[in-house]
Amino acid sequence: MAKKKSIVINNKDNVATALIDLKTGDFLEEEFNGQVKKIELKQDVPFGHKISLTKIEEGSPIIKYGEVIGTATELINEGDYVHIHNVKSNRGRGDLEGGKE
Amino acid sequence: MSFLGYPREDGQVGVRNYIGIISTVVCANDVTLKISQQVEGTTAYLHDQGCTQTPIDLETVKRTLINLGKNPNLAGVLLVSLGCESIVAEEIESEIAKSGKPVKMIRIQEAGGMLPAIAQGSNIAHDMVVEASKIGKEEFDDSKLVIAVKCGASDTTSGLISNPSAGSALDIVNELGGTCIFGETTEFLGAEHTLVRRAVNKEIGEKIINIVTRMEDRTKRMGVDMRGGQPTTGNIKGGLTTIEDKSLGAVIKSGTKPIDDVYEYGDKVTKKGLYIVDSPGREPEFLTAAAAAGAQIIIFTTGIGAPQGFPFVPVLKVTGNPNTYKKLYDHIDIYIEIPEKGENKIQEAGKEIFEELEKIASGKKTKSEVLGYGQFSNIFTVGPVI
Repeated sequence: MAKKKSIVINNKDNVATALIDLKTGDFLEEEFNGQVKKIELKQDVPFGHKISLTKIEEGSPIIKYGEVIGTATELINEGDYVHIHNVKSNRGRGDLEGGKE
Repeated sequence: MSFLGYPREDGQVGVRNYIGIISTVVCANDVTLKISQQVEGTTAYLHDQGCTQTPIDLETVKRTLINLGKNPNLAGVLLVSLGCESIVAEEIESEIAKSGKPVKMIRIQEAGGMLPAIAQGSNIAHDMVVEASKIGKEEFDDSKLVIAVKCGASDTTSGLISNPSAGSALDIVNELGGTCIFGETTEFLGAEHTLVRRAVNKEIGEKIINIVTRMEDRTKRMGVDMRGGQPTTGNIKGGLTTIEDKSLGAVIKSGTKPIDDVYEYGDKVTKKGLYIVDSPGREPEFLTAAAAAGAQIIIFTTGIGAPQGFPFVPVLKVTGNPNTYKKLYDHIDIYIEIPEKGENKIQEAGKEIFEELEKIASGKKTKSEVLGYGQFSNIFTVGPVI
């Protein structure tokens, strides 16, 4: 059996996690919203990092473990690499007025 | 199931039988270290605190040192004081002595400087080690186990496999009537609601929220986004994007059982069940909190590879990252493979970790013990050095 390339932890998640180093143009087969989707990678994604399973609008939540792990800082398309360049945290934000958005 | 440990006067059971050489203040560290290097069977606890701090922090340091001295893995304690520190070393001495174990103290200024202090301390430690060596091992029920859990240098594999596996091992300890401890409050941010759901009652749930709010407020007071500090640069490299991402993967190391209570940093946990000790995520400070809480062994999951152990508490390293296991083989005790979809290997892995805990409790050495990695400990304080 071929080693699985990625994993989705909870069925509410909108991101998958890479289980091997993935390259631009690789395909993943993951379930999203109850349907198995074939997702083409738009960028390289290293082992342990995240890939978007769907289009996520700027300001929308990133969901992993079925919980909100942050907010998209720009439009994220299906198959995009999801990390600190396009996701901000909502906690421990002393840089924001009142520490909250 | 059972293990072979060392009986203690206060009813606790040690899994190691060291004489602890403990500095009461940062200024005593050099003498403490030399004595521990001279006398086989001792172990040094070094830290950066104990003087010119606000009374709030001095109280935390005192409480922590007392409870470190009471850790069951220590058969006896030699305190090394400079003599003029803010902390009252005699209070630490008399409190540790209440546990029934032998406690001695030397003062560097009174001894006449470093060389006489090393000689005096080494003589005392020498006799204490001989006495401690007479304590024979006995068989104890697993309900005498006190196990803490920590994650460090986490990456995505921590949340996927090593943390849930550690949690499953902790569940076994809990079911057998033992004591389980976790903390790293910073790494509850974004996942606190999952812990509150497991609190035994509303009051304990509120305590959880209070320690999280307090820790978050401390970081926000610095006026910056804490990302980079938490999650660390290494966590981010390992695929963790935000503190929420890290926390949700981190808290599952506490297993699935109800959370019985919340303790302050440096407190000793004396009851059976699952407890939170308020603490930061950094290794030297958390491992100290776990040892002060009374842990005999600490399960330590890692993604990228954290090497730290602790001077007198065996630290069991578990990883789910295959690259880390290959590269840092001399630090990692157990490797758990990420299961394929549909496979549930977490309980199996939890059983493997638990069986290793029993072996370590009976004397098997962990890799961090063999390497002696863990001399640089510290106590968590919240105020300035003044």
